[in-house]
Amino acid sequence: MIAYIMCFILFLVGLYGVITRRNLIKIAVSLSIMEISTFLFFTLIGYIDGGVAPIVDPTDPVKVYVDPLPQALVLTAIVIGLATTAMLMAVIIRLYRKYGTFDIREIKNLRG
Amino acid sequence: MNPLIPLFVIIPLAGAFLIMIIGRFIEEFNKYFTSLVLLLLTCISFYFLFTTGEKIFVYKVGGWEPINSLPIGIYMVMDGFSVIVVCIINLIGFLSAFYSISYIKRYTAGNYFYALFCLLIGGMNGVVLSGDLFNIFVFLEISVISSYALVAFGVESNELEASFKYQILGGLASFLILFGIGFIYWKTKTLNIADIKASFSSGYNKTTYLFIQILILSGFGLKAAIIPFHAWLPDAHSSAPSPISAMLSGVFIKAVGIYVIIRLFFNMFAISEGMAVLITALGTVSMVIGVFLAIGQWDIKRLLAYHSISQMGYVVMSVGIGMILVSRGTKPEIASLAIAGGLFHLVNHAAFKGLLFLNAGAIEYTIGTRNLKEMGGLAKSMPVTSATSFIASMSISGVPPFNGFFSKLIIIIAAVMAKFYLLAALAVIVSIITLASFLKFQRYAFFNRSNNSKNHNIREVPFPMVFSMVVLSIICVLLSLLVIPEIRDAILTPAINILTDPVKYSTSILVQ
Repeated sequence: MIAYIMCFILFLVGLYGVITRRNLIKIAVSLSIMEISTFLFFTLIGYIDGGVAPIVDPTDPVKVYVDPLPQALVLTAIVIGLATTAMLMAVIIRLYRKYGTFDIREIKNLRG
Repeated sequence: MNPLIPLFVIIPLAGAFLIMIIGRFIEEFNKYFTSLVLLLLTCISFYFLFTTGEKIFVYKVGGWEPINSLPIGIYMVMDGFSVIVVCIINLIGFLSAFYSISYIKRYTAGNYFYALFCLLIGGMNGVVLSGDLFNIFVFLEISVISSYALVAFGVESNELEASFKYQILGGLASFLILFGIGFIYWKTKTLNIADIKASFSSGYNKTTYLFIQILILSGFGLKAAIIPFHAWLPDAHSSAPSPISAMLSGVFIKAVGIYVIIRLFFNMFAISEGMAVLITALGTVSMVIGVFLAIGQWDIKRLLAYHSISQMGYVVMSVGIGMILVSRGTKPEIASLAIAGGLFHLVNHAAFKGLLFLNAGAIEYTIGTRNLKEMGGLAKSMPVTSATSFIASMSISGVPPFNGFFSKLIIIIAAVMAKFYLLAALAVIVSIITLASFLKFQRYAFFNRSNNSKNHNIREVPFPMVFSMVVLSIICVLLSLLVIPEIRDAILTPAINILTDPVKYSTSILVQ
């Protein structure tokens, strides 16, 4: 249970960072922390105490296997997360070239 | 097994790939190929619209049959509700792509534009057709990432800022959705929507269930820009190139936001009255606040973007009223009427909001500004744009012969019959304010005297743009035919039946 709570705290740490940080890069890092906490949560769901990797061994029928599906899902989600992070970084670099700063308080053209 | 269903995802994805490869060698390949691909998809989707009816088509990817009647493969599902949304996506997508043929000359890198456009369409089709939660997430991310890139396509400071804001809030929404999916998998050990429904119906923990519902609602609510989550929408939709604004506002927020909320809350969760009241309240708040935020805007695309929030509020409110009645189990015919009003307005909004954004793009294309104060007198020099935008403005504000009137009328009648008099009154008031706001748009853009001397030698936009606008305005008028009972029975009623019947969706998928 403690692992799940830690994972939720990690999510909140990321959320806190997204809300309070003023540096664009730090916001992106906080977003990645949230992402990682979600992935951790997914892997924890599939984990079974004492389980081994799910490569079925017919000679030992009582062996306990962990759930392989969340692992497959997390792999997919990590790839997606890579794409979003790369996209975000590309936009941040472009923003830096336009404004010459990473401070989000300086970037406020759109209002209303 | 219907082999045509996966084509909606395969063709756009393959199209994006081919555009990047062949587009390098052949100059004009990208624009005509995209339009051709989307025309083909539109034809297939209309074929499905006329053949689906009450049937539910299931395609099992890779041919994985269920074991012990438990689904183990990926399912793609086409039913009465998803077919309507697929038709909207591909039709508006085709018209926007055709419109882009002239419009996109303002930008460089046409190949990237059309490849991202195809990915956007493929992702949205996947979200709508997917039968399990994790694929909804994957396709959602495909379409959302391409929309991030398309919003920033101008790479000026405004576009980049809007895209950054959109990416932060969109990323937050994605993680909330992923968390929700994780919780659902934890509790049910399955990801298939029909199977989750069956698994939940055999008992669940109330607190966890509520937590999952809140996670899913806030995640997809962020994507649909319902009011407390709306901050990104006016920036993103006004900064994108105009055909993309038409796609985002006309289709995107419906396909990845409203559609998934309606689908999951009707067909996956058991509807509880508290959640139904919450959804109705969110819809009403977006309807009212959206229009008040819109009325002070002088940038046409920002004005239209705020009206999108308000009009989506109508849809959510109306579906929410239906949800309340279904959860109480009383007056099923009024519940169907309310849901019919919501779905009808969803279709109508795609047509007229797409058209309005194309008009805004045409104005920007000719005079190079989006500020209403700098326009004027365009009615003489741009007759087609003026006429089509007049039709769209009258549709969105609910003036009788056009489609918006009938859907708003159905929504208001349903609210009155369900004894939600306050909501009916608010719907009427919001409609009047919408009319005022669009009269302002018409007057300043088209009928005022021009105070700008360079506006004298402007001409109508090129043929592809005119064609798309004229077709959409014809659709705007034709859609009012949906109010005739026979046509409504053929198109809207199967969608309503699948939503209001609590077990039809899950049982008919699980037996196939």
